[in-house]
Amino acid sequence: MNNTKHTYALQTDAVQKIYQSDFGTIRAVDGVSLTVQSGEFVALVGPSGSGKTTMLSILAALLAPTSGQVLLDGDDLSAMSDKDRVSLRREKIGFTFQANNLVPYLNALENVELMLRLNNRLDKAGKMRAEELLARLGLGERLYNLPGQMSGGQQQRVAIARALIHNPSLVLADEPTASLDTERAYQVVKTFAGLIHEQNRAGIMVTHDLRMCEYVDRVLLMQDGQLTRVIDDEKEIQDFAKGIDE
Amino acid sequence: MNKSPALKDTIILSGFLAVKEIWRNRGRFLMVALVIALITLLVLFIAALGEGLGNGNREYLSKLNAELVAFQAKSDFLIAASRLERGRLSAIRRVDGVQDAGMVGTSSVNLILPGDEPVLKVALLGVEPGHTGEPRILEGSQLSTDLADEVIIDRNTALQSGLQIGDVTQIRVTQGTRDEFYNLRVVGITDGQQYALQPAMFTPFFTWDKVRPKSEAEVNGAEAVGNVILVKLMQGADAEAVTNRLTAQVKNTDFATVEQTIQALPGYSAQQSTLNTQGAFTLFIGVLVIGGFFQIQVLQKVPQIGVLKAIGAPNRVVAVASVIQIVVITVIGVVIGGLLAFLFSLTFPPTVPIVFNGTTSLIAIAALLLIGPIGGLVSIRYAVKIEPLKALGLSS
Repeated sequence: MNNTKHTYALQTDAVQKIYQSDFGTIRAVDGVSLTVQSGEFVALVGPSGSGKTTMLSILAALLAPTSGQVLLDGDDLSAMSDKDRVSLRREKIGFTFQANNLVPYLNALENVELMLRLNNRLDKAGKMRAEELLARLGLGERLYNLPGQMSGGQQQRVAIARALIHNPSLVLADEPTASLDTERAYQVVKTFAGLIHEQNRAGIMVTHDLRMCEYVDRVLLMQDGQLTRVIDDEKEIQDFAKGIDE
Repeated sequence: MNKSPALKDTIILSGFLAVKEIWRNRGRFLMVALVIALITLLVLFIAALGEGLGNGNREYLSKLNAELVAFQAKSDFLIAASRLERGRLSAIRRVDGVQDAGMVGTSSVNLILPGDEPVLKVALLGVEPGHTGEPRILEGSQLSTDLADEVIIDRNTALQSGLQIGDVTQIRVTQGTRDEFYNLRVVGITDGQQYALQPAMFTPFFTWDKVRPKSEAEVNGAEAVGNVILVKLMQGADAEAVTNRLTAQVKNTDFATVEQTIQALPGYSAQQSTLNTQGAFTLFIGVLVIGGFFQIQVLQKVPQIGVLKAIGAPNRVVAVASVIQIVVITVIGVVIGGLLAFLFSLTFPPTVPIVFNGTTSLIAIAALLLIGPIGGLVSIRYAVKIEPLKALGLSS
């Protein structure tokens, strides 16, 4: 078991999230088992209500599964205390969200540095890395701009830099292109994918925009809380992204 | 995995977040600080007014170099209702443990001012030259003899009348059915010694008895009668034991401490409690205003706080940042309010009974500094309870 554990950055085993409501039992996530390796960029796609955001919340240690196991770098998230989960999110996970991504009163550089501050690792080298990363993302001139002074695409790129600056094992992106036009959306996902490969992180992107799958290594399709299909052939992925598959 | 950041790191990180947010939204936060400043101004003025009115009533008594006050029995410790003849003074002076005693008579007279100036109502107090009850002068000289036509005026009388040492002033009093005029020479000026909300003048007891307002019966009375006798105890004397001896040896006399005498002044307690209630209500309104502002602010920041928590900011960083923010804004507001109060106080004429006393102002400021954190408690609790899932637009 131990050997298998360390092969993958992320591994889930029969993860379930069940809610009880007035209308009966809702199986938001129903027995999902998946693995993601370091350096692999995976898309989690599916229609609304398919359970992909709930799954992402579980992978992000924001939500505890009803049953099943989630292993990140060999640590079992489902067995952790709330406090440990907060530490884990701070140290081992990088996030970008659909909206309200950045802290509005911190400029681009401060937003990226915030991850290093949270981990008590903000030093000269860290500051330089943050500046370099933002410059690589085309934001060299925008270091001291507040989120309100940047476009949606620029804000997403700052969020990507924040998600990567502290060398996390897992990078999670929730609909990173939702508020962007097509051209900027492609640009953002391409840059994201490039950095995940280059920095050897495990990346998962939840998206409803299938075109964005062009840049991923694998597509996981969810429906009704279950993982219904996995596409890992490069050509098949390209076809899927172009809508030929459907 | 690392544990949560140490307290020092938490404070540094929280301080960074709190100060950045304040600075980048300085217009909004300044507005709240100004609201707090106005509340501060109001609270300090109510406190100063309370102090000023209280002071106007008790200033002479609170500065007395005496521990006990002797009243006519059953006069309910009301100075104006008490009548004591001079025989009692020597009886009190004979009691073991008493160092000094001085008779005091109180009255209100009209001070005639030169030109067209309206008369100034002043408290004319008869005191024993050289004995307890005669205030210490700041300039000039003390009263000379029991019968001298001299007065010591307090700072308030000097300011309002323009009288100086050496001036001869005229007072008008009603004795029986006639208005009488008496001339008194100003020999000394003492500090503020208001009595019964009036500026004060002090004259030798027998002069006072001659010039004070009198009823028809008193005009023909032979014996000089004062209101109370101030008693100064010997150093180290047991006040309670001396009081017991006094009560036993001096008949038909009640003894009160100076503080009891002040509390018994007509309207004094009611006035002070009214003003204290006003002050407390203003503070309460402050708590609601500050609490409301920070609560609205947190409600607006729910997604933002959700993101902070999602990326791994511990609850205590969020809580400490809120506390720092509230404290900083409250301190800024109180400092601005304090400065405004100080500047306003400089523009008030001496006739307005407003006194910025150190202790009262400090108590008010301490209370004001507390209302921020108290008002913000609910919002801090709310911020701590925000789920990081809000960052993903979800809730558990």
